Amino acid sequence: MMRKVLVVLAVLGFALALLPLAYEAGVAGKPGDLASAYLDRSPKDFAAANVVTAIVVSYRGFDTLGEVAVLFAATAGVGALLTRKRMGPSATGGKRTESTEILRTAAGLLTGLLVMFGAYIFLHGHLTPGGGFQGGVVIATAVLLNLLAAPRSHLAHGAVTVVESLSGAVYVALGLLGIYLARGFLDPRALPIGKIGALASAGTIPLIYSVIGLKVGAELSAILDALKGDRE
Amino acid sequence: MNILELLGRINPVAASGSVVVLVGLWGVLARPNLFKIAIAFSIMETGVNLVILSVGYIRGRTAPILDSAADAETAVRTMTDPVPQALVLTAIVIGLAVTALMLSYVVRLKTAGGCSSVEAHGDEKW
Repeated sequence: MMRKVLVVLAVLGFALALLPLAYEAGVAGKPGDLASAYLDRSPKDFAAANVVTAIVVSYRGFDTLGEVAVLFAATAGVGALLTRKRMGPSATGGKRTESTEILRTAAGLLTGLLVMFGAYIFLHGHLTPGGGFQGGVVIATAVLLNLLAAPRSHLAHGAVTVVESLSGAVYVALGLLGIYLARGFLDPRALPIGKIGALASAGTIPLIYSVIGLKVGAELSAILDALKGDRE
Repeated sequence: MNILELLGRINPVAASGSVVVLVGLWGVLARPNLFKIAIAFSIMETGVNLVILSVGYIRGRTAPILDSAADAETAVRTMTDPVPQALVLTAIVIGLAVTALMLSYVVRLKTAGGCSSVEAHGDEKW
């Protein structure tokens, strides 16, 4: 009884705290000073058409490096928790349903398209909505489709590890390149910034987002493989 | 001020996001099933993301991407706030990683103890 009252009180208190937001969100007539500076300067500084990408990859680039590290830590945690040894024999003894002909055929047809679409999304992250994280998730859906089509199969663990660690190393290397050739860590002006709207523009932003896309794709694929629960 | 006018001033995205946050909070506090608690955290995150996004929205303006409709000179006058969108992009990815980790802890607990209810694991709750 006490517990129910406390839960209701907590939910009501939170509702009261959120009520002003429902009225005041989005009534500002113009962006704040920081946002205005980003909007004003990101086309001039980096020639990046997508301002959100310019913020995520360069103005707040260090934050994104930390975010990728958090994702790596979570992947390592999931992988360590859900091995066959730790799950015990009961987890792997279950019968697995074979996938249907339709799913197997569709998986074969769609895998290439999905990987290509994911690569398209992260290569155009500085021009259109999208970027490394979104493209990586699309690539992981291709892996999920194949895991569903062949439930007994496993991800090539070595290949995933190589892609993941190489792309992480390239990310940091591109950041260090910014120190030597431009003004600071993760500064995209290490390469010529080019013209707004071109594929080869915005300095190292497309390269950084591509390695983020590969890293996120590899990590999410590893999570999906681990969640099957029958990994050695 | 009548009630219709009061309702009309509510930002629909922020209001629905707040409702989703409250549903998630209730799920976290009141459900005994660990799987449902993990999913409730995920629901709550979705609501928080909606609320943050709605804060940065400015009525009548376009997405912060330069194209033929908005060039570099007019960007400050025609675009919405990009900072909340960048923050939510980060929050979504971290939320995904945290949800996966939570769910694998629950799966381990279930295979070890055989029960997915919080109360079955001693005095962890209340």
